[in-house]
Amino acid sequence: MLLIITIMPADVDKVFKALAAPERRLLLDRLRANNGQTLSQLCQHLDMTRQAVTRHLNLLEEASLVATIWQGREKLHYLNPMPIHEIAERWIGKYERGRLRALAELRSKLEGEIDG
Amino acid sequence: MAKSEFVYVTYIRTTPEKLWRALTEPEFQRQFWYGITQESDWKPGASWCMKFSDGRIADAGEVVEIEPLRRLVLKWRHELRPELKAEGYSRMTYELEQKGEEVKLTVQHEIDVAESKFIGAVSGGWPMILSSLKSFLETGEPLGQMDRNPKKI
Repeated sequence: MLLIITIMPADVDKVFKALAAPERRLLLDRLRANNGQTLSQLCQHLDMTRQAVTRHLNLLEEASLVATIWQGREKLHYLNPMPIHEIAERWIGKYERGRLRALAELRSKLEGEIDG
Repeated sequence: MAKSEFVYVTYIRTTPEKLWRALTEPEFQRQFWYGITQESDWKPGASWCMKFSDGRIADAGEVVEIEPLRRLVLKWRHELRPELKAEGYSRMTYELEQKGEEVKLTVQHEIDVAESKFIGAVSGGWPMILSSLKSFLETGEPLGQMDRNPKKI
């Protein structure tokens, strides 16, 4: 069966650009550890101004790496894995996936991580 | 508040009508959901279940809210693995929103259990299913992996 995934080039550009800053990857890590946070929660223990965090979150949201849901008056931020998953589907063929996963698991074990 | 949840968003170049049909009609579901189909009358309070192609019921529950082409909320419990079934009912919401030539599909899945094993199990399945759905609607071909051994989401 053919493996065809079409992503508009602009979207991929946004995803890679969004991922290119360590501050934004840190925000994604924070969401991965604790999904569904408000801006204030995300700002805690971060060496960034609230404005900077807002700006980074906007870029992540434009790239669909962060999804937001309003719950009452609170805007909750979630890590959205879809764009990264789609990139993986596009460039990592279905035959390579098993081997890569095995390698990733081996590495996790060797590094002693217990990973989701 | 003890809760586990995720929200996944994908943009699909299709119409709300086609996306709704793909999500609710078995003949389309089985094509991108790795052989799995769902059965329901799709009315509030109607029972709902998800079946493997061999007839085993993987998940079951009921329709909580339904607004065709816009929103669907399901009460959803896994039925096969005892440790997942023990966590009880989860709540799954689809929201469809037209955005220009694309439809934004938001999937939210939540359960009132901290560190839920069920949410852990489905959070790996959804990206694959949603990518397969996107591929199916945009190109006519679902993703090709895993068709031998249908994976539970």
